[in-house]
Amino acid sequence: MNSAAARGIEAGSVDSQLADLAAASLAKEAGAQGAGGIGFEGVTVAYKGSIVLADFTLAVRPGEVLALIGPSGSGKTTALRAVAGFVRPVAGRVSVGGRDVTDLPPHARGIGMVVQNYALFPHMRVAENVAFGLRARHAPETEVRAQVESCLAMVGMAAFGRRYPRELSGGQQQRVAIARALAIRPDVLLLDEPLSALDAQIRHAMIEELARLHRSLPALTVLYVTHDQSEALTLADRIGILRDGRLRALGPSRELYRRPPNRFAAEFLGGANLLPVVIETPDAGNGFSEVRFGTTRLRALRPEGAAAGETRLLCIRPHNLTFVPGDPAANTVLARVHEVRWKGELHDLTLEAEGRTLRLASVPLRAPPEPGAVVSAYFAPDEATLLADEGDG
Amino acid sequence: MGESASGSASGSALALARPANLPAPSASLAPSSLGIVPPLAVLGIFFFYPFVLILGQSFFSSHGTLSLAQYAEVLGTGLFRNALFHTITITLSATAGCLALGLSLSIVIAFVPFPGARIVSRMIDTFIALPTFLVALAFTFIYGTAGLLNGAAMSAFSLSLPPIDFLYSQWGVILAEVTVYTPFVMRPLLASFSLIDQAEIEIASSLGARPFRILRQVIVPAALPALMAGGSLCLLLTTNEFGIVLFIGAKGVQTLPLLIYDKAIQEFDYSSACVLAAINIALSLGFYALYRSTLAWLGKRGAGLV
Repeated sequence: MNSAAARGIEAGSVDSQLADLAAASLAKEAGAQGAGGIGFEGVTVAYKGSIVLADFTLAVRPGEVLALIGPSGSGKTTALRAVAGFVRPVAGRVSVGGRDVTDLPPHARGIGMVVQNYALFPHMRVAENVAFGLRARHAPETEVRAQVESCLAMVGMAAFGRRYPRELSGGQQQRVAIARALAIRPDVLLLDEPLSALDAQIRHAMIEELARLHRSLPALTVLYVTHDQSEALTLADRIGILRDGRLRALGPSRELYRRPPNRFAAEFLGGANLLPVVIETPDAGNGFSEVRFGTTRLRALRPEGAAAGETRLLCIRPHNLTFVPGDPAANTVLARVHEVRWKGELHDLTLEAEGRTLRLASVPLRAPPEPGAVVSAYFAPDEATLLADEGDG
Repeated sequence: MGESASGSASGSALALARPANLPAPSASLAPSSLGIVPPLAVLGIFFFYPFVLILGQSFFSSHGTLSLAQYAEVLGTGLFRNALFHTITITLSATAGCLALGLSLSIVIAFVPFPGARIVSRMIDTFIALPTFLVALAFTFIYGTAGLLNGAAMSAFSLSLPPIDFLYSQWGVILAEVTVYTPFVMRPLLASFSLIDQAEIEIASSLGARPFRILRQVIVPAALPALMAGGSLCLLLTTNEFGIVLFIGAKGVQTLPLLIYDKAIQEFDYSSACVLAAINIALSLGFYALYRSTLAWLGKRGAGLV
């Protein structure tokens, strides 16, 4: 294979003009045919008697990118497979574009799908792979050729139509899989961990590509399943967090990250520090509450229904903690450095304060503190939220 | 490409760094060269030598002179033409039957969920282990003149003659061979089906393909190498099948292996037997080559361009 060409594609150096033209043409078509959202209404899926998705209700808006994240076995892929028609719910209703598809076979749903291992047909050339869905729908051959050309151009693979999948790199295969899914002009695109099999560098490039693709196809509704929160935060308009088959949190990505609604969301999305605190003054003015962490008084955003004496969890993101040189100032926690790890683009420090562990992520420090040193870690009150202490979340 | 470039570069560096007094690298190959001798000797003594003897014998007259007269004599007989016709007919029909039945049954077992599918799959292995003539014997009990079916039909309809009379014909032989050799197609096919990525089938379905299209365009092409392997095996085994044909004893149905047996063992005509054996070998290899090239062509045709 032409390795130079392959490297060019993986680095994202596509013929952007051609790609944008192709995407604009597809966007026009998608807009003309109308876009469809996805609806789950009390969907329950069980395998061999064990429930893997329980009473799942969620509405993905037309044109929205919604990411479902969660630990392994949380039910996120099952939810996606229920939309595709590969699993049949034992209860509830799945709708696409307002149409109930619960009892429809997969081939009648008109949904594009991309999976982790690409699932390209190995005996077919790239162009045949992309044409497969159109031919299955008995599209006229002239339309098949035009659409294949357009979709391959959109993902920067126009020059690779005659190749077999085995002659492509992982990133290129994923682009072909995306082109194949989009060729049938779906209203809904399901992405099941599409970048998991790629190495870090290509994954970053592909995230950008996917974001660009969705900007080009604004009418396309995307349900994106991933275990990688950075993919979800970069691409998704909203994120849903699942655990044990249930939706634990849902919200706009930025909002969910900054103001997680519960302990599980705070820990799973971004690995927040959670410190048990007691509310001293529920309304300390300017929308803040005053809390006590051990002997330290701190301020954080005032939660709804907070009462004095109540125990809450103070949620602070590791990158919202900074060192304060000199004497302790307001909203600082005195902590002992336990471990210092340099990760290239940041310093990751493990601190210990009042018997609790804190993580602090900082831009690379010129002179990082030594383990055992006592430091003051500051956070802005409006970057800290107070969550209900609900056990393990 | 990069890897091979760096490999050769490092190879060059090593060659440059090697002191002149070190032994040449070819010396390290000596043990592996010697290791190939025993298997070659075994193959030579037990396979190639008898094979060459048969071929050599077929080209020498009874006076020990090199001649094609024996070929002309054997090829000119009606007995040979009849045996050749039956061999080709039975081989092609049985192989086609094995492929069709094997593919159908494998698809059902692999993709149509039913209780006991796993047990059925295991039984195929058992069937492969059985001697071939057992099926012929079983067929005699079932379809034979005095078999179960004829007995039941004669008593049910008060018939004086057995109504089912296909077993002692060419079709009886073909049916028995299809029964015996179908598992040889199924075993590699089932293994191949189990390796097909389920995601490919699901994606094909989500793209709008119905089950038959998925079967035709995704599953069967993926299983083509296994189909080729099973079909090749069937082709070779049915060309050279001896036990079933002998056991069924179909009227007027003589195949090349049976004719070789008659010439060599019953008539002591070793020269003719060697000629027939040489033709039989050529036929087997010819069928095999034709089958492989046909499937290779079909495979390429199936992967044509848009």
